[in-house]
Amino acid sequence: MKIAITSTGKESDAQMDPRFGRCQYFIILDPDTMKFTAHDNAGTMQRGGAGPMAAKAISDLGAEILITGDVGPNAFDALKAAGIKAYIGASGTVSQAVQQWKDGKLSEAGTASVASHAGMR
Amino acid sequence: MGMKIAIASGKGGTGKTTVAVNLALSLGNVQLIDCDVENPNGHLFLGKELEEVEPVNLTVPLIDKAKCTNCGKCAEFCRYNALVTIKQATLFFPEMCHGCGGCTLVCPENAISEVPRPIGKIYHADVAGMDFWSGLLNIGEPMATPVIKRLKYHVAASRTVILDSPPGTACPVIETMSDADFVILVTEPTPFGLHDLKLAVEVVRLLGIPFGVIVNRMGSGDDRVQRHCGEEGIEVLMEIPQDQGIARLYSKGTPFVQEMPEWKAKFRDLHAGIMKVVGQ
Repeated sequence: MKIAITSTGKESDAQMDPRFGRCQYFIILDPDTMKFTAHDNAGTMQRGGAGPMAAKAISDLGAEILITGDVGPNAFDALKAAGIKAYIGASGTVSQAVQQWKDGKLSEAGTASVASHAGMR
Repeated sequence: MGMKIAIASGKGGTGKTTVAVNLALSLGNVQLIDCDVENPNGHLFLGKELEEVEPVNLTVPLIDKAKCTNCGKCAEFCRYNALVTIKQATLFFPEMCHGCGGCTLVCPENAISEVPRPIGKIYHADVAGMDFWSGLLNIGEPMATPVIKRLKYHVAASRTVILDSPPGTACPVIETMSDADFVILVTEPTPFGLHDLKLAVEVVRLLGIPFGVIVNRMGSGDDRVQRHCGEEGIEVLMEIPQDQGIARLYSKGTPFVQEMPEWKAKFRDLHAGIMKVVGQ
């Protein structure tokens, strides 16, 4: 299984990015081996529609789980279509965020947790 | 042939609508088109009920899920990310869609048809020799430009057309000005007026449209606008003074040319001067 974590940097000790659509990088990680790859998020440059594009990007990278801070309404719909479960409220570094998820401290988003364009503010 | 004059400004509240309405009332055979579709208020000066004429629709895609193979060609085409194909689903986000119709053309399965999505309305009124049009963008809609485009569809080329622009320098303003023969930039003699006038001048110069400036509420600030216009070779077409009589009429929603006929002559002269510049 692969999980995607939104991140401000390319390493596991980088601060995770609480934004989804407008995050700097996606870390795609195997939680069993903790091996990961880092991917630029083209969505930082998009004028609009960054949330659904981010959902597509991590889906194409094979992620089934997302760990982030918040997701907006369009991103939520797209994640749902992709069959990706979004866990929100993560904080700290990428590895801390993964640990929070492993410890069951993050809640699965049942709906959008922020309004549209929250990542642009 | 009539002439199209756009009334614009960088700054809001400088008196665009005041100039547009009073100029229109001073001329004959005229159309006044209120292009400030987010905050239309030209009709308030006219004291007439507006008649709702038509909705403004964007044509947006409707995907036939039975035919769609989720090939992703439409999503790849869409520059506005209104369509996204993820796994076995193609999602449409209506508020991102500009209604270009490209997705319909590129769909290899003919799975996309186009349906109207209302984003605003067009209104009309006949006011003593003036053909008045205005548009209203629905609350929460991000794109004013299609409503302005639809408004301009009602332009009658045989008449003098006054286009009252929204403030600012972005797409709705450019849509309003884009095929005008002349632009009047309304400003006020303050640091704010001058700053935003400079931005508006940049836009008009970029579009290559002849223009001039009206300084409203002259006497309320200083001469910085006139000095700047002098240095830049911009013609100041008219100065409207900070005048209690004008302000009183404004506060009642009465166009001042109706009570101060000497201003009708001034606006007619202004129009004649513009005709000369444009070469008509």
